[in-house]
Amino acid sequence: MYVIVAGAGKVGVNLTRELLGQGHEVTLIENRRQRYLGVEQLLEHNVLYGDASELWVLERAGIERADMVIAVTGDDEDNILICQVAKEKYGIDRIIARVNNPSNRAHFDLLGIKPVVSATELILRLLEHEVPHHNLVHLLDLEEEEIEIIEIRLGPKSPVVGKTVGELNTPDNTLVIAIIRDGRGVVPNASTAFEAGDDILAVLDPDREEELKSIFTA
Amino acid sequence: MYVLIVGCGRVGSNVARSMLADGHTVSCLDQDPESHARLEVGLDTSWEEAGGHFTVGTALETQALEEAGIAQADAFVAATNGDNTNIVISQIAQRRYKVDTVIARILDPLRAEWYREQGLRTICPTRVAIEMLEDKLRDAAATGGGE
Repeated sequence: MYVIVAGAGKVGVNLTRELLGQGHEVTLIENRRQRYLGVEQLLEHNVLYGDASELWVLERAGIERADMVIAVTGDDEDNILICQVAKEKYGIDRIIARVNNPSNRAHFDLLGIKPVVSATELILRLLEHEVPHHNLVHLLDLEEEEIEIIEIRLGPKSPVVGKTVGELNTPDNTLVIAIIRDGRGVVPNASTAFEAGDDILAVLDPDREEELKSIFTA
Repeated sequence: MYVLIVGCGRVGSNVARSMLADGHTVSCLDQDPESHARLEVGLDTSWEEAGGHFTVGTALETQALEEAGIAQADAFVAATNGDNTNIVISQIAQRRYKVDTVIARILDPLRAEWYREQGLRTICPTRVAIEMLEDKLRDAAATGGGE
């Protein structure tokens, strides 16, 4: 696969190295001269000096034959523009954009730039998993496919404490897939009873989230 | 008409003053509070006394755009010093806030041309400079400016 990576920061450089190691062909584009010279020592001819938001630079990198474009510069405007041009001008189906500032995420969505990766959001999500502020955490969201996996913490007042999985009347398109109790996950059967403090993992249609949440929480 | 100008440099500030003099409501947004001084060049009063508005904030923050009045804007001018910023905020003004007239200043002729083809109103000063220089040189050649 031929991949163009825009932005030779730590993410761009490590990504390029990994992709090269997996046998892919990669061109990494960097427009800061000093950074380019430093990275060139490491990655040699796989690095191109130039501004990846300039069309002629993308063309020089061979964007016409690229299978994928990944924009990981430290600038959200640049990442949006590079991906928009790659997708709409050069017809690249597979793009990945980095979101530096989570509050810019709406702009990526508005302009159809997806998927996006935000380190800040990922860390916040992990933090939420470790130290839940709310009793519902999103573990996986497949927006296109309209399916998600959520985790719900059962408080002592949860109406399902003491009931079994079989007694539960869960809505269509939802399924309890695991219970995490005292740090261990178990796949429940119909006779497994819920206890206060359990973390429930469920797979569901995102439209059913509120409905499912209301069953587990008071 | 309510005109929102993002980027209060030489271009933005001059356009802002002209539009205000024409009797329009003018609001400027810039991340640099010092840029406010440019708006008052040649004015006898302060920008606010003259009827202008000024907001400090970055162009990509929707909160700043809203504070600067994007919801009621009839015209939006993107004149920051970043081409990509101008391209992105113009599309936000068009698609999210449905501003009637959106104009983006884009210095790079290639990006300006492609985004114009995609339906964005673009102004490319570099393209204008190139054409003017070419014309001057051709005039000089035609009037015998050397072989």
